[in-house]
Amino acid sequence: MLRSIDEINRKIREGRVVVCTAEEIIHLAREKGAAKAAREVDVVTTGTFSPMCSSGAFLNLRQPKEKIKLGGGTVSLDGVPAYSGFAAADICIGATALPEGSAKNSPHPGSFPRGGAHVIEALVAGRKVKLRGTAHGTDCYPGTRREEEIGLCDMNEAFLFNPRNCYQNYNVGVNLSDKTIYTYMGVLRPHLGNANYCSAGQLSPLLNDPYYRTIGIGTRIFLGGGVGYVAWNGTQHSPGQPRTERGIPRRASGTLALVGDMKQMTPHWVRAVSFTGYGTSLALGIGVPIPILDEAVMQHVCVTDADIPAPVVDYSRHYPFSEGSGPLAEVTYAQLKSGAIELQGKTVPTGSLSSYAKAREIAEILKKWIGQGTFQLTEKAASLPGTEGGDA
Amino acid sequence: MMATRKLILRFPPELVEEPVTYHLVKDFGLMVNILRASISPGKQGRLVVAVTGEEPDLQKGLGYLKRMGLEAEPMAEEILRHEALCTSCTACIPACPTGALEVDRTTWLVSLDKEKCVLCGSCVPVCPYRAMEIRYNGSA
Repeated sequence: MLRSIDEINRKIREGRVVVCTAEEIIHLAREKGAAKAAREVDVVTTGTFSPMCSSGAFLNLRQPKEKIKLGGGTVSLDGVPAYSGFAAADICIGATALPEGSAKNSPHPGSFPRGGAHVIEALVAGRKVKLRGTAHGTDCYPGTRREEEIGLCDMNEAFLFNPRNCYQNYNVGVNLSDKTIYTYMGVLRPHLGNANYCSAGQLSPLLNDPYYRTIGIGTRIFLGGGVGYVAWNGTQHSPGQPRTERGIPRRASGTLALVGDMKQMTPHWVRAVSFTGYGTSLALGIGVPIPILDEAVMQHVCVTDADIPAPVVDYSRHYPFSEGSGPLAEVTYAQLKSGAIELQGKTVPTGSLSSYAKAREIAEILKKWIGQGTFQLTEKAASLPGTEGGDA
Repeated sequence: MMATRKLILRFPPELVEEPVTYHLVKDFGLMVNILRASISPGKQGRLVVAVTGEEPDLQKGLGYLKRMGLEAEPMAEEILRHEALCTSCTACIPACPTGALEVDRTTWLVSLDKEKCVLCGSCVPVCPYRAMEIRYNGSA
């Protein structure tokens, strides 16, 4: 062991910490060797900015003079239904919820201009939204209707919760059929017209800590422009996928559940997304620091796009109907990022739904926060399920 | 020297069935690329075209359109990329047929070269952040 998290935090407080992004470390380690780089660098920062549907906001509303119990009643924000099956004033709005009366996919493909994600984006941007609630009225909560404009400043607490985010690797979407399809992997044109991927690759948090050695429950992170935490393993966390020699999962595998204070977030890093023909989603900026505890941790953060294979999946039949025996092919992120991949004798142009430019910006911001002493690292409180368990 | 003009042609109802593009090609030796068309018999029609040819031929072609009673306005606003909305994700890159939308693979920032854009509109529905917009003259 080279250093503990306590020692790193002492260096952060004393302004002596050495931080690199997961991109910079590749060059540094190539130049100096991993052993020397591990001795010199204390922390490596990762980043990702991608749409992830599994996002929601938990909001606690201040009570009016005549109190009202929304629990068991109904509630909507800007016409988008929220969930109110909690206590009197706790509600939750999910990114993919659509307004009452939304045209959805008729005519197909729908444009989905507005949904829960847009409400979340508006709140983070400091705008007010229209709350409408109904309740049955009780002796202690006599109110039966609530209607007002509310913003984050009118709420006691507002936190964003992602049941699943930070996918460790993901499918590359293609379309083998003869018509355009509209998916959460974007618009996929017929006859392998394009291939869409969605990962920051070498900058992506869990691809830099493939066995979850340092990232765990309680890890402090950059979330949406503020500070957040890893709350749990994400839903569909599936660490038991086949891996490369250096431990990189070859399929979608680990995930993180994340939580963070919306009042700290900024609109630049919390963006509503409209997928034509599919629905709404939320793109979030996430950055995770990796403490270089020893040389093995350093080896892992030196991963490059060429080391990360991703499965190419047909979204016209294979994905929707669970057909086929596996992916059509495997390609690396280096190939995907070159602008085209070769598939079934065709040159297929590639596009990403995940912004590498933003991922890079996030890794830089987190590096700056740590360097300036405003962000200290946490020891994980518990480990994520690892390769020994989980859904293989 | 060859030049290209992007034009919006507005047809009064009586001219909707006139083979205007045929005459531009055949009589004036111009290349006509139809970018957008909305024409239905008996109603006003609109055609967005890129017309390429020698300058004197272009002038003659434009003179012909005027004589026919067609309004031909130069395309003012073409395509808009709302930079504040764009995240440079690159979802638009494979959709763009002319390379007008491009990503610098060093900075990973997306840029738009309006000169190369043919206003096909393919980028508009593929942008998850709704950063692309095609705006015609007079449309809000």
